[in-house]
Amino acid sequence: MAKTPTAKTPEFVRTEEAPLLPPPATEAGITGWLWHNIFESMADFHSPLAAVRSLFMILFSLILVYVFGTQIYGLLDFAIFSAVFSDPDGVKRQACWTVQQGGSLPDGWHAACWPFVVAKQKFALFGPFPSEELWRVYLALFAGAAGLAWVMIERLPFRRQAGLLMLTVYPLATFILLTGGNIEVAMTQIAIWFVFGLALISIGRLGNAGRLGTVLNEFAGSFAGAGWLVVAFSTVAAIAAFDFNLEPVDTGDWGGLLITLVVAVTGIVASLPLGIILALGRRSDMPVISVLCTIFIEFWRGVPLITVLFMASVMLPLFLPAGVNFDNLLRALIGVMLFSAAYMAEVVRGGLQAIDKGQYEGADAVGLSYWQKMRLIILPQALTHVIPGIVNTFIGLFKDTTLVSIVGIFDLLGAGQSAIADAAWSTPVQAITMYLYVGIIFFVFCFGMSRYSIYMENKLSKSRRH
Amino acid sequence: MAQTTTKHAQIDADDIMISMKGVNKWFGSFHVLRDINLTVYKGERIVICGPSGSGKSTLIRCLNRLEEHQAGDITVQGITLNNDLKNIDEIRREVGMVFQHFNLFPHLSILENCTLAPIWVRRMPKARAEEIAMHYLERVKIPEQALKYPGQLSGGQQQRVAIARALCMEPKLMLFDEPTSALDPEMIKEVLDTMVGLAEDGMSMICVTHEMGFARKVANRVIFMDEGQIIEQKDPESFFNNPENDRTKLFLSQILDH
Repeated sequence: MAKTPTAKTPEFVRTEEAPLLPPPATEAGITGWLWHNIFESMADFHSPLAAVRSLFMILFSLILVYVFGTQIYGLLDFAIFSAVFSDPDGVKRQACWTVQQGGSLPDGWHAACWPFVVAKQKFALFGPFPSEELWRVYLALFAGAAGLAWVMIERLPFRRQAGLLMLTVYPLATFILLTGGNIEVAMTQIAIWFVFGLALISIGRLGNAGRLGTVLNEFAGSFAGAGWLVVAFSTVAAIAAFDFNLEPVDTGDWGGLLITLVVAVTGIVASLPLGIILALGRRSDMPVISVLCTIFIEFWRGVPLITVLFMASVMLPLFLPAGVNFDNLLRALIGVMLFSAAYMAEVVRGGLQAIDKGQYEGADAVGLSYWQKMRLIILPQALTHVIPGIVNTFIGLFKDTTLVSIVGIFDLLGAGQSAIADAAWSTPVQAITMYLYVGIIFFVFCFGMSRYSIYMENKLSKSRRH
Repeated sequence: MAQTTTKHAQIDADDIMISMKGVNKWFGSFHVLRDINLTVYKGERIVICGPSGSGKSTLIRCLNRLEEHQAGDITVQGITLNNDLKNIDEIRREVGMVFQHFNLFPHLSILENCTLAPIWVRRMPKARAEEIAMHYLERVKIPEQALKYPGQLSGGQQQRVAIARALCMEPKLMLFDEPTSALDPEMIKEVLDTMVGLAEDGMSMICVTHEMGFARKVANRVIFMDEGQIIEQKDPESFFNNPENDRTKLFLSQILDH
């Protein structure tokens, strides 16, 4: 076909190279952005209908600008422009009183009273944690922030190792720093467990070498695994029971942001792996496992978190034998953990269901085992699909930590609320200032998680498929 | 192909790659495979064809336990296929499979797709696995795509990667489940060429395909299936020229005359 000569000469043939022209103002740069994002929608006057629509767009845009402008100005005015920042004379509440109320501010003044927040700062952030021991909290928080940053910033080396440390050493170190360690477990008992673990590992070794007989050899891996688990646990227990000569701090003396972070981070870190296991369990071929996981998930999703916390702290002790009593915070932590794991499980299950059957078959056909298949093929894809859902659950959990105040644990909000009760700072703006402060802190954390999740989504969608 | 004539002459147990005896399978109450008896020898290249729903895909999927058969015996390389996970794993290590829809892992690069199983299943060092992967990627003629992701490749390229991925496990037998059915016409040839090359190197293979040209060119045996049964089994020459069964004749006339 291509060789057939055509009789006609083409009508249009370029004889010289077409020049590369700069784009029009509506396509590039700031003007391009403004045009596409704002003005393009209100610039069509070619027909009466389009004109009406454009006019509406102009009108709504102006209303929007006006409403946002006044609201944001109002907020800034309250928080910054008209706010009282200092209390140089140390007069406390009088620093934020109007003339009418007996102070020196003009009548009708209504803005934030920051000296109050500054005065209550330590209480809002750490509750009644002993001041002379606060360095321990700072150290734990600083190490946590640094470790998290290390794991999240991609240019840094050894991120995997840093992550591993954050999941193993860091929680233990934080536990010791915050509580003082030195838990009451007899070292002899730990030693017995340790030796028991070593024995299990040795049995596993023997089994691997094929020296236990055909039946037991099959279980060599399980023996070794259980052995390592026991050894790890007893090592952790030994470290936690070691006397580091730190002043013990009862969890009852923790409070404020510290509690919020402890509860939220524990919940977040525990809920993802637990949720994954529950989701896999629910989809398991084995009916017993699937039914158990389904019951677990449906139970915890079916009850409100407040009920869970209330049961854990008020009802549970009634059922425990006398004398057995474990920490109120720990009980709340376990409740939050199980509760959020159930939610996470359903999010993860959604992701698992989005994976094509062919992926399972592809992994099976090359000979991967069930766990390899899940870890290397299915979960990386499934979890990427549901990052928005996972982070949604994290954010929900972070804010739900405020519910622990129902059982007498003072999180950030709870601590803020009890700070408001201080009559020495009693002013009409006392409560609203504290709530603004608490709100800002919550927003910073939640917004941070939200942005990081969007960043992750973009990153992962760039490096793969379509 | 000339040297394959000896294959049938001497029947030695060691030469048997696959034996299926009285295999039956049901999907619910639907009887998909009905009394399948089949022996495949080393180095044999078998093409299975038949109308859709005749059970040909199910048959080869039973060979590596992507589907479970309910009755009869299947032996692959002397390993009996039963519920023993060890046997299943062992068979899957020796049997490579290529799917209609490629089933590449989209979150891994081409190279990682190819090295994954050797590293995790064969416990091969990463460097060695990459060496082997590059060797097979060169063989399917796409080494330059090694660092791309499957989504960035054309269908034909993806299918060739899928072939390379299976070859990286150095299997004794390759199963092809309609490898060209999901491809654009101009990409079918590149995949078939790869498969012909593989056949010429002496790989044992079972292909479910509608590519009759391929069957003519490389198959030792063509098997025709209908309604879950093997109803005709011949060398390609006589299969295409003198089909005996009416169902085969009808099928061939439909597939060839257009």
